[in-house]
Order: sequence, then structure tokens, then C-alpha cells
Amino acid sequence: MTLAPITLNHVLLLSGILFTIGLIGVMTRRNLLLILLSLELLLSAANLAFVAFSRALGNLDGQIMVFFVMIVAAAEVTVGLAIALLLVRHSGKINADEFREMKW
Amino acid sequence: MKPFFHAMVHPGLFYILSALSVAGALGIILARHPVYAVLSLVVTLFGLSALFAALHAPFVAMIQILVYAGAVLILFLFVVMLLDITPETLLRSRSWTSVLAGGALALFFLFQLAQVLCPTVSSFPAAKNGPMGTTAVIGESLFTTYALPFEVASFLLLAGIIGAIVLAKKKL
Amino acid sequence: MVGGWIAWFAPIVACAGIVLFGRRSKAISAALALGGMAVAFFCSCQALLQSLSPHAQAIHSTVSWVQLPGLLLELGLYWDRPAILMSLVVTGVGLMIFIYSVGYMAQERGFPRYFAFLSLFAFSMMGIVLADNFVTLFMFWELVGASSYLLIGYWYERPAAAEAGKKAFLVNRIADFGFLAGILMVWNLSGLGGMEKTLSFPALAERIPLLIHSGVLDPQTLAIAVALIFCGVLGKSAQFPLHVWLPDAMEGPTPVSAMLHAATMVAAGVYLIGRTFFLFWESPAALQLVAGIGGITALFAASLALVENDIKRVLAFSTLSQLGYMVMALGLGGYLPGAYHLTTHAFFKALLFLGAGCAIHAVHTNDIWHMGGLLKKMPVTGWTFIVGSLALCGIFPLSGFWSKDEILALAFERNLLLAWTATLTAGMTAFYMGRVVSVAFLGKPRSSHAEHAHEMPLIMTGPMLVLAVFSVIGGFIGIPAYLSAGHAHLGIHPEFNMKVALLSSAVALFGLGLAFAVYVRGARPLQGVQNSLAGVRHLLVSKFYFDEIYGWINRNIQQRFAILTDLFERYIIIGLFVNGTAKITGWTGSLVRLLQTGRVQGYALLIVLGFNLLFYWVKQWAP
Repeated sequence: MTLAPITLNHVLLLSGILFTIGLIGVMTRRNLLLILLSLELLLSAANLAFVAFSRALGNLDGQIMVFFVMIVAAAEVTVGLAIALLLVRHSGKINADEFREMKW
Repeated sequence: MKPFFHAMVHPGLFYILSALSVAGALGIILARHPVYAVLSLVVTLFGLSALFAALHAPFVAMIQILVYAGAVLILFLFVVMLLDITPETLLRSRSWTSVLAGGALALFFLFQLAQVLCPTVSSFPAAKNGPMGTTAVIGESLFTTYALPFEVASFLLLAGIIGAIVLAKKKL
Repeated sequence: MVGGWIAWFAPIVACAGIVLFGRRSKAISAALALGGMAVAFFCSCQALLQSLSPHAQAIHSTVSWVQLPGLLLELGLYWDRPAILMSLVVTGVGLMIFIYSVGYMAQERGFPRYFAFLSLFAFSMMGIVLADNFVTLFMFWELVGASSYLLIGYWYERPAAAEAGKKAFLVNRIADFGFLAGILMVWNLSGLGGMEKTLSFPALAERIPLLIHSGVLDPQTLAIAVALIFCGVLGKSAQFPLHVWLPDAMEGPTPVSAMLHAATMVAAGVYLIGRTFFLFWESPAALQLVAGIGGITALFAASLALVENDIKRVLAFSTLSQLGYMVMALGLGGYLPGAYHLTTHAFFKALLFLGAGCAIHAVHTNDIWHMGGLLKKMPVTGWTFIVGSLALCGIFPLSGFWSKDEILALAFERNLLLAWTATLTAGMTAFYMGRVVSVAFLGKPRSSHAEHAHEMPLIMTGPMLVLAVFSVIGGFIGIPAYLSAGHAHLGIHPEFNMKVALLSSAVALFGLGLAFAVYVRGARPLQGVQNSLAGVRHLLVSKFYFDEIYGWINRNIQQRFAILTDLFERYIIIGLFVNGTAKITGWTGSLVRLLQTGRVQGYALLIVLGFNLLFYWVKQWAP
């Protein structure tokens, strides 16, 4: 069986699927850390899209972008986890539902 | 191995790797224990790395495994174990209406994306022949064209380090 | 031209001066008020002289106020001969009354207030006289009404006075509603035939006849507009059936009654008809209405005066009656006789009021039955009062004879029914004035106050003498000639009719004689006649129950309607629209507030929702 050649759109669709799964994770998981984890998935999906474009356009800019995205993701995870740690230590709660101060 | 320059990637390879990645992703959102969730992400990242390599981006693929999966996710694991979290399930975690709402919205997004992408599948020309993203090539680009962002990124990391220390220490 | 503006605004400058500087000083207030009137009078005299030169034109000066496409509102003055004459009356007679007031009100605490209001009134009255378009006229019409309210209720601590002020203002307001409708209608009609709409008198004077004669404007429609404008006259000049406020208005100080409710303000209605005569002249139907109402008022008011014991009220009814004469004259097409009578009436009626004021001051009551024999005790007052009464009755050769006679002659030419009504009224006039003179000034003193009455100081008797002189010579100073020389057509000018003159004189003398006989000599009719007259008398005393009828209408119809509209306002307009809008806003706010839960994932949901919508939208728009 000969499969159809893979084009940019295929890869983008995969990226979209991963992104969607990540979105569901961010919106539905209760645990603060798992929300952050789903966030990482979102970033990875974006990385895939960048690399796909880089391949399709014959350009290296996409990959450079991925490089920087990873740096940013690293920094963000570091600080994000530190904050989550502090939150849990102070309040004893880990569920996102229980933090309700961000209103009005 | 014959280099595939006129197609993006070998179809079979693509499908296997995507299946792996998606499985891992699903694992993240469905796993009960947080440790399993982190490990699922590792799986996903491995799948993606392989895909990157197939897509002429070996350097990025390596970096992803070394930095992302190797360092960042290990950090995650540390914190998860530090906090000693009890397992939870997706469905019992909160009212099913909000799960439904979230799921519906995300799927709607996917649907729209598919609407855009599917009809135009064959309209995009075959992949161009470009340079392979090796370390040398990327390094050259990074230190010449993108030197400034590179330096700025190092500052960003510095800020992150300091921030993390300041935040997490019990006593400064 | 500047003189016109000065004459107009001098009194308000005086009023402002009194408000700012004269509050504690009677001298300053009096000086300012008298100064204002004197300046105005002087300018009017100047205008008179100017108008007598051979090629004199009417002075027309305007100031643009609102300029919108399709609407031009101006404030302006138009000083033609009738206006000059009226200005002289207002400022001249007014000046006399002002001088008299200085003496009359000398003991009042609210002296400055009185003169401030009086100056305000003079300003407003000049506004009506000089106005060159309906807008200016209406503004000052209302202002005059406001001044009248302030002055009638001058002694505001007296409930009767306060009520009277309110009554005057309300009745006038009702009338002015019709007036305004009429003005708007005229404005609309002026634009027929594709011309630009205007409210200016000189412009309308040319245009309306043009529109009628070319058939563009239909006389019936114009008649409706004119009838509405006549509503304003009904109110201001207290014609039947809106006459009810004038007797009550006597609660004000006597000089106020002299100025407003005898000489000038009530004459404003007549003046209005004169000013807009070009409208009335073109609609015979409206003219008939005007004449009819004038005639009815004349007879009606005279009958009520027959049984009044309050000297001011007798004079008030007399004024009503004479105003009826003027309105009737105008309705019969007699612009000149009406204007003539207006002028002479101002002289002798003001005189009569001032004289009554002196008498009241002397005996501390308005009731004629507490006076008596005042002629001996207060000769100047007495004789000037008699002169005024004779002028009012139309005795040759006083001024009233000439003007009243012209009206009667006109009536006999045009409408016999009205003519005989007018003649009967003249007889009644003579009778009731004779009654007042006999009871108050002749005979023996009827109370202790009357015993000790003494003459008033010169400051009060001086103006009366001046007015008496004019009441005598008013027929000889050429008023009709002055008026008719300027204009093309001024209605009908009747010829001197010897028969009518003799008839009116005879009727007047008969009335006077009868009154003398009854009240001085004590003659009484037969008992049978007296009994039947008693019923009539009761009707007259109650003023035909007009006040009661109006009160009933007010309570049962108007109040109920007012309650209905109040409910509508409260529940629908305020409740539904105003409060409703606020409540909906509040409710929407509370709803939206539910979105702010403080939960991050809720917000994330909203972000994704928004993003989806954006994506969808971009998809629609992208090619």
C-alpha cells in the first residue's frame, strides 16, 4: 500500500492535535503541577509546527525559533514550579479550584 | 539510507511517530498519578524528537532530549515527588460540565483547524531543499544573525535562576 | 434707533440697579426707578418728534439670536406710529404712576422690591410694545405675566394676595397655550407658497395679504390661526370667559392696579390685535368672533360692576368692560377707534385708580360704604376722580366721549346688535360710576375714618392732576390723525355721526342722573321691582358663578387628568424607562460578574472560547 506523501498540512494537523490535547489538559486538570505540564505540551506542539515550516520553506529560522522556545520554556518551568511550590507550602492546597483570589 | 529530499518525511515513519506522540499526550491528560503524567510527556517528547530528526532538524531534536526531556522534566519530577501529591482522575476531579465545556471548546478549535488544513492538503508544493539543521549550521546562524536574541536569552535564563532561588528558599 | 433700545432697556437697568444697590435705601430705589421711566419717556418723546417729520420711516432694528437652517429667531424692535403712541402711554402714564407710588408706598418695608418689580414690568411692557416679531412679543408677553404675578402678590403674607397672583398667572398660562399654538400655526402658514418662514411683523404684513389674495392661503385656515392668537388676548385682556383673574388682581397695591390692570398690561391684548391687524383683517370669521366676545365682555362686566361695593373692583369691572369695547371695535374692523379708546382709557382709568388709592389710603378700607363726603375733605382727589368718571362715561367734551363715540358710530354702521349692546353698556357704565361717585365722594361721611379724611400730599395728587388734564384734552390732541397718517389701511374709520353722539350722551346722562337720584337723593323703585331685582342682584353678586364653575372644572376634570398623567410618569416613564434602564444595567452587571470566579481555569476556558471565535472570524474573512 502506497501512502500519500506527507505534506506540511499533515504535520500541522498533528501539531494541532497535540495542541488540542494540551488545551484540554490546561482547562480540565485540577492539580496545579499538571496544568503546568499540559502547558509544556502546548509549547511542544508549537515547536513541531515551527520545525515543519522550517522544513517546508527550506529555511533555518523555524529551528532557531524552536531553540529559543525551549529556552523560554525552561525558564518558565523553573519559575512556575517555584511559585507553585510556594503556593502549596503556604496554603496547603494544590487544586487550582481552591485559589480564588484573582477576581475584582 | 537514501535521503528523502523531495518529500517531508516518510509516511510510515510519520504515522508511527505521530501515534506515539499522541498516545503520550493522551497519557498526560488521562494519567492518574502525576509521575505517570510526567513520564508520558517524556514519551511524547521522544516521539517528537524523532520527528524533528526526520524533518531535517537534528540539532533541535538533540537539544529537546537533552534539555527539555532531560532537565526540565526531571525538575518537574523532583517537584512532583517533593510535594507528594495524591492521585486524581480526570473525571472525578471536577463537575463534568466544565470538563465537557473545556473538551468541546478544544475540539472545536481542532475542527476549525482541520477545516482550514484538509482541503488544501495538496496545494502546498513539495518540501524545498534546504540546509540540514546540523549543529554547525545552527550555531553559525545563532552567532551571527541571531546573536542578540541569543544573548538576551541568556539573560532570561539568569533571571529565571535568580527568580527560582529567591522564591523557593526558606530563608534568604 | 438707539433711542428705541434705550427706551426699552432703561427700566431693566433701573431694576438691576435697585437689586444691586437699592436694597436698603428707599431713596436710591425710587430715584433709579423714576430715572429709568423718565429716560424711557424722554426717548419716546424723541421718537414722536422724529416721526412727525415728513419722510419719517418706522424704526426697525433687529438682533439675530438663533440662526439655524430653516429657522431664524430674532429680537427686534419696530417703532411705527402706533408703537410710538403706545410707548408714550406706557412710559408717560407709567411715570405718573411711579411718582404717585413713591408717596403711596412710602411706609412699606418692601419699597425697593416694589420698584424693582415695577421697573421689570415696565421693561417687559416695552418689550411687547416694541417687539417686531412674534417670538420677541411672546417672550415679553410671558414676562409681563410674571411681573404681574409678582406685583399682585406683593403683599405675599396675605393668602388672598398670593392666591390672586397664582390665579392671574394660571389663567394667563392657559390662554398663552392657545396663543403659542397660534404663533406656530402662523409661522407654518408664512412658509406657504415656497417662501422662507418668518415671524416678523413687517414681513408678515406684506406676505399674508399676498398669500390670501393669490389663493395659496385659505381664509378658513388663517381664521383658525387668528382665533388661537386671540386666545392670548382673552387671557391678557381678561375677556370673557377668561376674565376671572382681573377682579382678584385688585389684591395688589393700587398703583399696580392702575398701571397693570388698567392702563397698560391689560391693554396689551388690544395692542396685540392692533399689531397683528394684518392677520385679523384677512379673516372675517375671526373678526366676528373677536367682536362678539368683546361685546359680551363689555356688557357682562358692566353688569357685575353694578353691585360691587369695593371701589377697586368696580373699577376693575369697568376696565373689563372698556376692554370689551376696544376688542369689539377691533373686531368690527375699527383699528383706529380701538387704538384711540385704548389711549384715552389709559389716561382716565389710571386717574380713577390713583384717586381710589387716595380714598383708600384716607379711610383704610376699599368699601365705598365706609367712605362718603370725601369731596369736601379731599378736594383734589375728589374733583379729579369726578373728571375721570365723566370721561369714562363719555361726556362731551372729555376725551372718553370722542373715543367711545367713534366706537359706537362704527358699531351702528356695522352691527346693530353689538351697537345696542354697547349703548346699553354705556348706560350701565354711567350708572355704576355715578353710584361710586355718589356714595364715596358725595353725601355725608359714612364712617369715622371718612370724617377725618384729609388730602394726600402733592407727590400723589400731582400725577393725578396731570392725568386729569390729559383726560380732558385727550380728544383734541390729534391721536386719530397721528395714527392714520402713517399707514396704508388701518381698518375702517367711521365718520362723525351726530345721531350716535347725541344718543350716547343722552344714555350717559340718564345713567348718571339715575345714580344720583338713587344714591344721593335716596329714591327707591317700587317694592315689586325691588323684589324681582333681588334675584338678578344675587346672580350679579356671585359673578354668575364663574369662579365656582371653574373651580369645579379644575377639581373634577383637570385634577383627575393630572393624577392620570402623574401615574403615567411615575410608573411608565420613571419606573420603566429610567429606573428600568438602570436596573437592566445593574442586572447585566451582576450577570457578567459571575464570570469573575477567581479560578484560573475558568479564565483559561474563556480565553480558548475567545480564541475560537477569533479563529472562526478570521477564517470567514481570509480568502
